[in-house]
Amino acid sequence: MSNIKHGNLIVSSAPHVVSPVNTSKIMLDVCIALIPALIMEVVVFGIRALILTAVCVAACVIFESATRKILGRPDTISDLSAVVTGILLSYNLPAGLPFWMAIIGCFVSIVIVKQLFGGLGQNFVNPAIVGRIVLFISFATPMTTWVLPKAQQTADAITGPTPLGLFAKGMDVPSNTDMFLGFIGGCTGEVSALALLIGGVYLIIKKVIEPTIPVCFIGTVFVFALVAGLDPVFHIFAGGVMLGAIFMATDYVTSPITTKGKIIFGIGCGLLTMIIRLYASYPEGVSFAILLMNILTPHIDNLTRTKLNGIPAGGDK
Amino acid sequence: MSSVSKHLKGIHVDHCKNTAGQPIVKMPVPEKVYIPMVQHIGAPCQPTVAVGDHVKVGQVIGDNTAPMCAPIHSSVSGEVTALVKGMTAQGIVDTSIEITTDGKQEIAETVVPPTVNNKEEFLAAVRAAGLVGLGGAAFPTHIKYNPRNPEEVDTLILNGAECEPYITVDHMTMLEHAEEIVAGAKSILKHLNLKQAIIGIEGNKPDAIAKFNELVKNEPNISVCELLQQYPQGAERVLIYECTGKHLIAGKLPADVGVIVSNVTTVLKLQQFLATGMPLVSKSLTVDGNVVKEPKNVEVPIGTPIIDIIEFCGGYTGEPKKILMGGPMMGRALPDDGKCIIKGNNAILAFDETFANINPETACINCGRCVKACPMNLMPTAIFKAFEHKDVDALKKYHVMSCMDCGCCTYVCPARKQLSFMNKLAKSLVLAEGGKK
Repeated sequence: MSNIKHGNLIVSSAPHVVSPVNTSKIMLDVCIALIPALIMEVVVFGIRALILTAVCVAACVIFESATRKILGRPDTISDLSAVVTGILLSYNLPAGLPFWMAIIGCFVSIVIVKQLFGGLGQNFVNPAIVGRIVLFISFATPMTTWVLPKAQQTADAITGPTPLGLFAKGMDVPSNTDMFLGFIGGCTGEVSALALLIGGVYLIIKKVIEPTIPVCFIGTVFVFALVAGLDPVFHIFAGGVMLGAIFMATDYVTSPITTKGKIIFGIGCGLLTMIIRLYASYPEGVSFAILLMNILTPHIDNLTRTKLNGIPAGGDK
Repeated sequence: MSSVSKHLKGIHVDHCKNTAGQPIVKMPVPEKVYIPMVQHIGAPCQPTVAVGDHVKVGQVIGDNTAPMCAPIHSSVSGEVTALVKGMTAQGIVDTSIEITTDGKQEIAETVVPPTVNNKEEFLAAVRAAGLVGLGGAAFPTHIKYNPRNPEEVDTLILNGAECEPYITVDHMTMLEHAEEIVAGAKSILKHLNLKQAIIGIEGNKPDAIAKFNELVKNEPNISVCELLQQYPQGAERVLIYECTGKHLIAGKLPADVGVIVSNVTTVLKLQQFLATGMPLVSKSLTVDGNVVKEPKNVEVPIGTPIIDIIEFCGGYTGEPKKILMGGPMMGRALPDDGKCIIKGNNAILAFDETFANINPETACINCGRCVKACPMNLMPTAIFKAFEHKDVDALKKYHVMSCMDCGCCTYVCPARKQLSFMNKLAKSLVLAEGGKK
């Protein structure tokens, strides 16, 4: 054929351009979205909460790197997913939890739930949720010793019950304004609905998540409370609903792909949360609700497969 | 406007239409051309000339009696100096005819306007013009215009979407030859006895849309459909849906839903053949990419080596690492710049290594971006997992055969998975395991 000036060019299958969005950028956006809640945990609980978060992030990254090395797999800490898991796990812990306990939680999350199942994308349940649940069951007392907001601490009382704890005992609960802003007892990152909502809006604007799961989750909790004759605003701001609905239930790996699947998933999370809150012996049920729905995700995905264009429903084999 | 209220999914890719508005310049005849004997889907042509023959522009130099074949004409005048066996730009190893040009561009005596009074003569003229689908698929046009079910076919769709980034040559062709394109559409409507023609143009070409709207305002059976500014509006199945609301499923032909689709350039070349008798011997294309000195729209004789075209555009400004024939979404990466232009080409894009490097794949995070992007509503993430397990039943369940290789899934994948490529491999696997269901 003709003369060749440049040969040996790179030959690959089309397409030859890709979108600038990659996994690390998505995870970075999640970290950015978690910053308002980070600020609020420091405002509400002081510097101890920030150190707890830092310990969890460091532990998760080190566990991830070490496990990959031992298993002889390429290092993946640059995808930032371990950082996200560390932040989320710390947000699910009381501010005063001993660091060594938090590190055990990180070990469970990263090594057992994530890496032993094949790493990012292969875990069938949310690592941070399982880390929290294992700690919750193993160390019941420290995991339910809630540091009070600094403003509410007195000389002889620096810990106290969460709003849901008060609710379960039939006692007076904090005002909805305090609950919205976050000046209540609870896990470090879950207290401020406002901060979490800011993060959620950021993720939706950046198209990292779709609003489907949070809206269905929070909406179901709201409606359930309303129907049960309770204060629905209290129930959506209390406990881990905001953190769970916006950041934990929307984890790509463990939630359904299609919109229909996401609706089922969100409603399921909301229902289970309220059933546990009202009828089970635990005051809070967000973690268990998300865990159970994570397990159902493959089945939801299978039942909500997309239909091929142009093939009427039912005619599809 | 598009006739459907619910659009098919797609993606937004940077248009990069750097050559927009650049008139099509005619490139001087190169020293040598290499015209491959297979430039279409179907049977390859057999050379009808021998080494030493003198050929003129428009003279048939390759043909075959097989029905699925379009004749190939000389694009230059000169002497046949060799029959070269080698790999063409399509990756097919076949004969190419090397013609050393004499620069005179004498026109063959056979180039006279055809007599067309009925459908048979019209189809014969389409074949004689050497026409194939110029959007890229290169399906012989005379076969396409002669469907098995002529009574059910009533609509001609002209594809002026040009949804690939970088390419602007169809846009310029539409602006420069709008009248001829409309005349070509009218001839097709008349001879194939169709009811209506729809010209589909992507919304990022408002001047072309305005021009055609003006031209067809007194033509009751020709309309313009403004398409979404979204890739891949020009993919045949997407275009048919957007223009008519009909879904074309895998394994069916457009004629099965009553439609014939032709690229605007195909219709233009047909009209030029009907008017002058000059068959398809030259092709306009966009030359662009970050190592091309002067990106341009050029008209070149078929068979022109790519290196000559790049040199006509000022040469390279850096070391090319990837050269594409076609657009960046569906174009073919060439192994070297010695390959030659064939009928179905509409762009040559040359890039350096910043563009050419492929990022390593990471783990699928189940984000669902590919599902949200797929115009066919497939689940590429499920398909690639089934493919990794070589699970043919699951691949069929996920309708892998409906993939049209548009590349949207690979484009959006944050894990840089080669989803579209895996779909191609999965399709071959399903075909190998017992054919389409």
